[in-house]
Amino acid sequence: MTEPLLSVRDLVVEFPTRRGMLRALDGVSFDIAPGEVLGMVGESGAGKSITGAAIIGLIEPPGRIVRGEIRLAGERIDNLPPEAMRRIRGKRIGMVFQDPLTSLNPLYTVARQLIETIRVHLDMSEAEARAHAIGLLDRVGIPAAARRIDDYPHHFSGGMRQRVVIALALAAEPELVIADEPTTALDVSVQSQIIDVLKEICAERGAAVMLITHDMGVIAETADRVAVLYAGRMAEIGPVRDVILNASHPYTSGLMASIPTLVQDTDRLVQIPGSMPRLNAIPSGCAFNPRCNQAFERCRIEQPPLIDVAPRHAAACWLAEEETKNDG
Amino acid sequence: MTDSFLSVTNLTRYFDVSKPWLNRVLEREDKTFLTATDNVSFDIRKGETFALVGESGSGKSTIAKMIVGLLAPSDGTIEIAGRRIGPDDPDAIRTVRRRMQMIFQDPFASLNPRWRVGDIIAEPIRTFGLMSGNDVTKEVARLLEVVGLSATDASKFPHEFSGGQRQRIAIARALSSKPEFMVCDEPTSALDVSVQAQILNLMRDLQDEFGLTYLLISHDLSVVRHMANRIGVLYLGRLVEVADSKRLFVEPQHPYTRMLLDAVPDLALSGRRRKPVTGEIPNPINPPSGCAFHPRCPLAIERCKFEIPEPRITPTGTAACHLVDGDIQQSVTGGTE
Repeated sequence: MTEPLLSVRDLVVEFPTRRGMLRALDGVSFDIAPGEVLGMVGESGAGKSITGAAIIGLIEPPGRIVRGEIRLAGERIDNLPPEAMRRIRGKRIGMVFQDPLTSLNPLYTVARQLIETIRVHLDMSEAEARAHAIGLLDRVGIPAAARRIDDYPHHFSGGMRQRVVIALALAAEPELVIADEPTTALDVSVQSQIIDVLKEICAERGAAVMLITHDMGVIAETADRVAVLYAGRMAEIGPVRDVILNASHPYTSGLMASIPTLVQDTDRLVQIPGSMPRLNAIPSGCAFNPRCNQAFERCRIEQPPLIDVAPRHAAACWLAEEETKNDG
Repeated sequence: MTDSFLSVTNLTRYFDVSKPWLNRVLEREDKTFLTATDNVSFDIRKGETFALVGESGSGKSTIAKMIVGLLAPSDGTIEIAGRRIGPDDPDAIRTVRRRMQMIFQDPFASLNPRWRVGDIIAEPIRTFGLMSGNDVTKEVARLLEVVGLSATDASKFPHEFSGGQRQRIAIARALSSKPEFMVCDEPTSALDVSVQAQILNLMRDLQDEFGLTYLLISHDLSVVRHMANRIGVLYLGRLVEVADSKRLFVEPQHPYTRMLLDAVPDLALSGRRRKPVTGEIPNPINPPSGCAFHPRCPLAIERCKFEIPEPRITPTGTAACHLVDGDIQQSVTGGTE
């Protein structure tokens, strides 16, 4: 494998509160290769969005990165001064957020927002930037881009707005795009269009994508690899096929089985008892042990590290260790 | 139909979305109306789960609100357990109201944060005067256990519970007036998938135990397929297809249903290629003429632009499409090969 574009090592993010320190991310490590799509899934509060925010240096104070490092193409970016970070954001890392209405400025035309972004990051004249912007809008599938560029965000429908946001994220030709729930606010029929556009354009420009979502269906179709987060920790990471069809962590397999499908007939859905622990009450040992039907003594005491179960596929579960031992 | 519990006929609701009077006069504009529900008719049989699916703006929630009486229909009739609900019979709504309840989408908004859980659940019991005194407390404790919480939770406040637990409280409240019919408007779309499974299983168990009839409203096709016996598909306020749940997914009759199914991401990784969907839902204030779906429909013919299709009988239910029982049969079966 070539050198990873993004490398996150042992990332710990904490939020001080009146009732003590909340650890939102606890030792998360992963890599994204150039041009790769990494899906990041988990339930609400698992730390998906915090991971994204940490990478672009937008963790809201008093929250902060306590430990670990983030490297973009080998260069450390987690300890950069705000000014240097701002130049990376937008230029080398593009962002697409969930709600396209709040990520666009309602008072400016789409043209003004795009041209501003382009000219901040790329050395272009006003006219060049405008031509570039129209090209981008055209590429993300906005009909009559040359005319619509002078419209305000409210003139666009939800799906079209999200296309504008994607155009904005890609304006400066970033190496990495972080998409945080890009389709959650959209209808199913529009959802697939947006995913297609995002995937195609990133592939065409060789940009890597970190796709944060709670929707396993979107991940299954889009991502090359998937990382499953649980209570701020990495539960499992590996190629999409392996993780979805052959999960090694009981949480992942429970999650997969709890989703109703369009093909299978089941009378009852598999349910994982309980819910994800609150961050101030994470159980000792493996955070999943109270909900796990295969938990044993060790799970309650010792926190499992990520253990390789196959090439490029690892799970933080003591059962995975047993299995690899038995195989060897 | 004799065994139908709820029967909705030509239900229509429009909303006045005009500008203020002065603007209308100055700008010489007419009143504008948004037709949220347009001539919708369906029956729900006793003990079944009937689901309505559709994208945002298709009129799902408007129909639910009209059925439970939170909105008055502009036109059409609603008959519940054989009684017509309407302004001319104010008694009817009072008698049927106890027999139906509603579960809402957002369990953070549907529970009063200042009330204790016990009072929230007891409210319908007190309102309908079903029990009094100590019996109420006992009933609340029993209901909490029915939905998988503990009897001691009655003294807590809603904020002490997670989203899934709150939805259980909402279900306990709905059950407290011993209803026969429940309208569930997106009951799990605010929840995480593992919690969604718990709530869907609970809803099924309750249906088996109490013989409930459900109207389930959802945008999630896989949830609907799992829960419903029959499904109605809405597009821009019109019911485009009604079919048996299992068959709808195998033999969709209406081109819109087919498009919706194609848009669902494939979790089984079967290698099924999604067909990209074209276009978006048009503005409901100014819907297309004829069949509202015709601008996006790959099979549209000239007639679709002028004539609103009436529901026709299909092998699986009904569908409102001019091409049904004609050419579409071929193209649908051709498409699945």
